[in-house]
Amino acid sequence: MAFARFPKSFLKNNFKLLLLQVFNGFGWTLSGRKERCLNTAKRLYGSDVDNQDQMQTGVRNAVAHRTRNASSGGSVALTDALQIISVSDPGRVRGHNEDCVESRPDIGVVVLADGMGGYNAGEVASGMATSSIASGLARAWTKARIGKLSREDAAALSQSILQEQVSIANRAIYDTAQKDPQCAGMGTTLVVCVYYDNFLTVGHIGDSRLYRMRNDALEQLTRDHSLLQEQIDSGLITKEDARQSHNKNLVTRALGIDPEVEAEIHTYDVVEGDIYLLCSDGLNDMIEDEEIQMTMIALRTNLDLTAQQLVQAANDAGGRDNVSVMLVNVLKSFPVERGFWAKVKSLFA
Amino acid sequence: MAKLILSVDGTVLKEISLAKERTTLGRKPHNDIQVDNLAVSGEHAAIITILNDSFIEDLNSTNGTLVNGKPIKKHFLQNNDVIEIGKHKLKYFNDTPVQNAAADFERTMIIRKPSAAAPMAAPASPPPPSGAALSDTLTNMRPMAATPAVPPPAPSAAVPAVAPPAAAPAAAAAPTAGAVREAAIQVLSGAAAGRTLDLTKNLTTIGKPGVQVAVITRRPNGFFITHVEGTLFPTINGATLGGQAQQLNDHDLIEIAGVKMEFFFKP
Repeated sequence: MAFARFPKSFLKNNFKLLLLQVFNGFGWTLSGRKERCLNTAKRLYGSDVDNQDQMQTGVRNAVAHRTRNASSGGSVALTDALQIISVSDPGRVRGHNEDCVESRPDIGVVVLADGMGGYNAGEVASGMATSSIASGLARAWTKARIGKLSREDAAALSQSILQEQVSIANRAIYDTAQKDPQCAGMGTTLVVCVYYDNFLTVGHIGDSRLYRMRNDALEQLTRDHSLLQEQIDSGLITKEDARQSHNKNLVTRALGIDPEVEAEIHTYDVVEGDIYLLCSDGLNDMIEDEEIQMTMIALRTNLDLTAQQLVQAANDAGGRDNVSVMLVNVLKSFPVERGFWAKVKSLFA
Repeated sequence: MAKLILSVDGTVLKEISLAKERTTLGRKPHNDIQVDNLAVSGEHAAIITILNDSFIEDLNSTNGTLVNGKPIKKHFLQNNDVIEIGKHKLKYFNDTPVQNAAADFERTMIIRKPSAAAPMAAPASPPPPSGAALSDTLTNMRPMAATPAVPPPAPSAAVPAVAPPAAAPAAAAAPTAGAVREAAIQVLSGAAAGRTLDLTKNLTTIGKPGVQVAVITRRPNGFFITHVEGTLFPTINGATLGGQAQQLNDHDLIEIAGVKMEFFFKP
């Protein structure tokens, strides 16, 4: 009976890993550290990092925004097609929240980041990532640039713009980490979705995930960039055994650690009725996919409650990490009309 | 750090710490663990350790390797596993808690290849600085971890819906909600009158979809009811349920979508 040996290349490449992001000694006045990090970040990158409602320390904050209906001419407005719910919670063990979520319903963008490193720099990194990418996309992903493109070209452009914005955010976080010793070694995971013309382009780095619920089946669309996932892929450990592993929470890719980083980017077709779930590992480490699925099926008519229930379930299971959940409900399809009639219509719009 | 205790016929021969990436076991002297017995192959097995996880692989030995009495080719070692090679036994100890590690252990961290980094530390050095103090005596980590082993107090007592952070460890100790008393609802009116529904799942929805639906959640500190959909909210003992979850007490009367039902704890 042939049986796969431990792949040597895997061990060679991955075993002698250095654990880089160790915590820099003892944090003192936590707010002081964060303040300084933020100030540096602001100095360097403008006030984008300023308006982060997730950046409170030690405060249990659950933010839920709901998309407002706003009409714009031509095709179905994204704000009418997508219902977006975000909840971010520090969990039950951590004093503060290093996760950050941001959404731009008007351009169909949702971003979630899970910061790490240092005592407070983690939330600086995740805050910089979400605000930099959300505002960067708002500048780059404009009607003027995409309005005339075919669906395929728009999808291709969304991928390249996403990669570009990820690089910009990575550079910003990396530079801040280099310049400010308080922020040294900070980094963040990322998952970002851009919805347009019945497709979504997702970019991710690290172990924050995107799931899709379609026809009551939950499917994980992103594959973690983590040591455990690499072990699963190489056949060293089965998915079932992975729950028992001691090597959780080790990501192999993160934003802000190296001068360059590549996001994994894919485009998927979106169907009316889909519900997308973006989450930090605080959710999927604490509760099984089956429970996530069950909750989403049982409570799908009330997405605010679904999001709260998911966070609550993670907390009831121990809540050992920050928990962030974003739900994107596709209320109707959002095709972009093209061609002659679209032009005529837009004249009268 | 994980370790193996080598014994034969109940006599402990030696203790081996799994500090290396690859620890070999066999009859020949170049093995890290040499077992000089003819039942043992020259190169019998190898133990691969990656950070805190260890795997054993049989290297096509003549007489095979057993773990907990079963022949294996490759096996992900768990605490207290017993490896048998001929008459020799190796017991595997790894006290690193899987989930209950001190909070710092749980933090997401980035790892990368040594080429990109500065000096090489000992291969399996534990991640956070606190690990240095903890590595020898991992068993002593429990008191430091935020999760005491004691089960939470009887959940039927009135517990605030949102436990303050200080009360969190109790919840953490009961991840499966095993300590919650069993409960059920009995339908009192309507077509299904007399029927009983056991609340065995973490979420149970009741009512009429599209008209009025509520959900009963089973949590470590009891059962809670929350309104899900519909313009009318259900009533509990005649009082209308608010937007928030409400804890259910024994013999509470729920009215939803025109149907009355009673919540009760099972004896």
